[in-house]
Amino acid sequence: MSSTGSATGIGAPVRRKEDQRFITGKGRYTDDINRPGQTYAAFVRSPHAHANIKRIDTTAALNRPGCIAVFTGEDIARDKVGALFCGWMITSKDGSPMKAGTHPVLALGKVRYVGDHVALVVAETPAQAKDAAEAVSVEYEPLPAVADLATAQSPGQPQVQADAPNNTVYQWHLGDKAAVEAAFAQARHVTKIHLTNNRLIPNAIEPRAAIAEYDSGQDSFTLYTTSQNPHVIRLCLSAFIGIAPEHKLRVIAPDVGGGFGSKIFLYAEETASIWAAKKVGRAIKWTAERSESFLADAHGRDHMTTAELAVDGNGRILAMRVKTKANLGAYLSTFASSVPTYLYAPLLSGQYAIPAIYCEVDGVYTNTAPVDAYRGAGRPEATFVVERLVEVAARQTGHDPAEFRRKNFIQSFPHQTPVIMTYDAGNYAACLDKALELADYRGLSLRKAASERKGLKRGIGFSAYIEACGIAPSQAVGSLGAGVGLWESAEVRVNPTGSVEVLTGSHSHGQGHETTFAQLVSQRLGIPIEQVTVVHGDTDKVQFGMGTYGSRSGAVGMTAVYKAIDKVVVKAKKVAGFVLEVPEESVDFDEGIFSSKATNKTLTFPEIALQAYIAHKFTGAQLEPGLKEGAFHDPTNFTFPSGVHVCEVEIDPDTGTTRIDRWTAVDDFGTVVNPMIVEGQVHGGVAQGVGQALLENAHYDKTTGQLVTASFMDYAMPHAHDLPSIQIAMSSTPCPSNPLGIKGCGEAGAIAAPAAVINAITDALGHEDIAMPATPQAVWRAAQKSPARLAAE
Amino acid sequence: MYAFEYLRAESLADAAKQLASKPDAKLLAGGHTLLPTMKLRLASPGALVDLGRVAELKGIDKSGNALVIGAMTTHAEAADSAVVKSSIPGLATLAGGIGDPHVRHRGTIGGSVANNDPSADYPAALMALDATIATNRREIKADAFFKGLFATALQDGEIITRISFPVPTKFAYAKFPNPASRYALVGVAVAQTAGAARVAVTGAGNNGVFRHAAMEAALGKAWSAAALNGIAADAKDMVSDIHGDAAYRAHLVGVMARRAVAAT
Repeated sequence: MSSTGSATGIGAPVRRKEDQRFITGKGRYTDDINRPGQTYAAFVRSPHAHANIKRIDTTAALNRPGCIAVFTGEDIARDKVGALFCGWMITSKDGSPMKAGTHPVLALGKVRYVGDHVALVVAETPAQAKDAAEAVSVEYEPLPAVADLATAQSPGQPQVQADAPNNTVYQWHLGDKAAVEAAFAQARHVTKIHLTNNRLIPNAIEPRAAIAEYDSGQDSFTLYTTSQNPHVIRLCLSAFIGIAPEHKLRVIAPDVGGGFGSKIFLYAEETASIWAAKKVGRAIKWTAERSESFLADAHGRDHMTTAELAVDGNGRILAMRVKTKANLGAYLSTFASSVPTYLYAPLLSGQYAIPAIYCEVDGVYTNTAPVDAYRGAGRPEATFVVERLVEVAARQTGHDPAEFRRKNFIQSFPHQTPVIMTYDAGNYAACLDKALELADYRGLSLRKAASERKGLKRGIGFSAYIEACGIAPSQAVGSLGAGVGLWESAEVRVNPTGSVEVLTGSHSHGQGHETTFAQLVSQRLGIPIEQVTVVHGDTDKVQFGMGTYGSRSGAVGMTAVYKAIDKVVVKAKKVAGFVLEVPEESVDFDEGIFSSKATNKTLTFPEIALQAYIAHKFTGAQLEPGLKEGAFHDPTNFTFPSGVHVCEVEIDPDTGTTRIDRWTAVDDFGTVVNPMIVEGQVHGGVAQGVGQALLENAHYDKTTGQLVTASFMDYAMPHAHDLPSIQIAMSSTPCPSNPLGIKGCGEAGAIAAPAAVINAITDALGHEDIAMPATPQAVWRAAQKSPARLAAE
Repeated sequence: MYAFEYLRAESLADAAKQLASKPDAKLLAGGHTLLPTMKLRLASPGALVDLGRVAELKGIDKSGNALVIGAMTTHAEAADSAVVKSSIPGLATLAGGIGDPHVRHRGTIGGSVANNDPSADYPAALMALDATIATNRREIKADAFFKGLFATALQDGEIITRISFPVPTKFAYAKFPNPASRYALVGVAVAQTAGAARVAVTGAGNNGVFRHAAMEAALGKAWSAAALNGIAADAKDMVSDIHGDAAYRAHLVGVMARRAVAAT
């Protein structure tokens, strides 16, 4: 027996199995795949934010060399193909359903944002497809556009969707308004802040891509696509779009180069391509250019919020009141409606015992790209509200910000918040203590003085975040409007020689499931990790699954594997009973060895696997041959990762440059399967959070609706030199709602970081008047203002 | 990218001939502006004349009191050159701060100067150092060469061959990079020669690279960062965009100028 448990099991920093192929260029991404007779797609996109389409003339395009076909929205409509849709129904506070609007796959008479899909051109080569797309003549009647969230709901603004007066998708609320008002009336102190949660463009390294194929012999479709959840894509294309029944539609999401949420959704490009594949009778490949990714990938965040915190004379939080406008773009993307509602407001209690919370959210249409889930999805927005509010309240009431947090921490579990969630486990003070020590909080004043001597301003910022991961209990999300259940499935197939294939409905697009899932199997079955293969991302191989987002693959996906392993062990013990000639109940299985007190003989896992398949030691009447088990796991609760991140910045007031000098992350992810991978997730998350805080901003011109930041020349992604060395530590409490104790780690950094950075910058500046992104220009201007805390309102 | 004809020049004369042979031909040096522009279909030259193999355009030499850099010298070659480092060390530093390693190993001084991107680094150095741009036809002083946004004194068919920099007593360049593109949001080059001080600003001016007379006068009297206190640029001459408005850029011109002087 080679590597087992300790070397490659849960908790071991195993090097990623998949990296051999990724770093040697052997990864197989959608664009690496080519199908016989393949053609290429290009999309005609709207140059206008808002316009009527008067006429589309495809004659010249069809005459271009290599052009095979041009399809418009009317062609698709004629085929009675369904429209794109949003799968989560949100009900307004007046009881009315959200105004879901229309979302045709290709525009029907109207375009609603720059980059909107007008026509699909199919040609023999990518260049010919682009040439023909340019030759499609579209006569637009430009309309006034609404691209400013602040004013989009005002009377008289252009209407984005006909069924949504004042561009309002819904007016939703959560919490006890009366209790909150009563608490504010009694408060000694009220802190009120206005926040912008800036709009982001996800920018996965691999752009979206698709290959759509129709087999007339089988009357079946195959779609290769850059998806985080191929089964969900198949379900949508079958049940809602009507492309084909599920058994006639195979969706493959091969290696995927990053998603961050943007590859959860069903987009127009793959939908139009799979429909067109049958029309042209050949495979169609589409690969987004980076410019198209900027324009037409679902964007993230984009909130405007007013938030208030009521505090008593002892520095205890009494209540919170939040009012948010959330920009949802021109159409509702697949899960757009849920992000600023049920993925946002239920997290507003943070790590704090807050007796009463009331939150109102307006979902708003604008003539901009659809906005949907992006790393953290609602939870970064909530944490930014909570941790800015708490920080400002501490400063205004004269409390040390760390101690103000500690004073208000939830102390015992389970804890029912006033906003749906029941936190099951955590130790917030332990994380804070460790963070204060690692960040050398005591030495801060000396470091501040040293910076001052250099003409620089130093500040420290805390972010004590919480998130809800392990998405999600199906019954709970169903009661909140979700159109699907959010369980996960797994199948564990043991081969006769004892190697194992794990089929999972989770999807790895950077998370390292091929390693971490194999670690679980290695530990449970006592076999070398090399003997385990993880299969995912193909609806013909994996029966069903809900995919990967919301840090769910460990807590939900691996638990499904865990349950399937349980069943494998039960069956294997039965086999062992026959082979060892002992009662099944007396068989023990530990570290890969089957034994029994009733005999001196032992058997290894591969020996039992072989016995299960040769079936010589038992009759068919006694036991079925083979060793293969499946399980579905539906979680009983969300998981609640938490932690404290501490950011220390040094600002050059002459230029406005913010340098992050120190970063301390103390996280409670529950059980850590692979600490190396988890640290990588923290690094990536912090990088994206720092990007949001300091650099990134999707900027639309308010009048024209043109995307100004439509390339990396203007959209500032974080570079390596923008980031500090990150000190990471764990302070874990196991999650009680799954057998592995896993909470999830994929989004934590992105959730924690923005508030930590802005709290540090405002500490350095001595006032609160700075918005994200805190660019050099913004910080320079803020540094001109005299330090003065916002007066309590 | 639209289809185009690729032509490779074997000599300077060959390059001139090929360039003249096609009405819509363009020279290809490092291609780090031209090729992305073509990929975005914003430029569609019918032919490209690749200068990559023209030996006459390469090399770095000291000639009398001048540092001479061939037009096809890459930024990485200039940054690593012992000759550049010993004669004008601040110029080597400037070259080593252009773009990223990929850009520095393809992009060339001749390409940068010919393109005269208003946010490029080299034009400020050429102006501050009173450099001379040699072409296949003539020599042009930097002051007369740069003529606004992406505009130069180059005529049709004219090919930059080398840049000649009189070695100054002091030179430095301080850049404040655009957070997104890393081009200069503001870059200031300062040079001291036996006779005078010269200051050139890139990235900021709404008519491209320019010399700053007030700063030159102040530094002519006293070469110190303090001599520049209170001198900025006029905001009305500055570019305004989402990364920096005119007031911010005008302020940064002063900051970067003082930092450049302090670095000499």
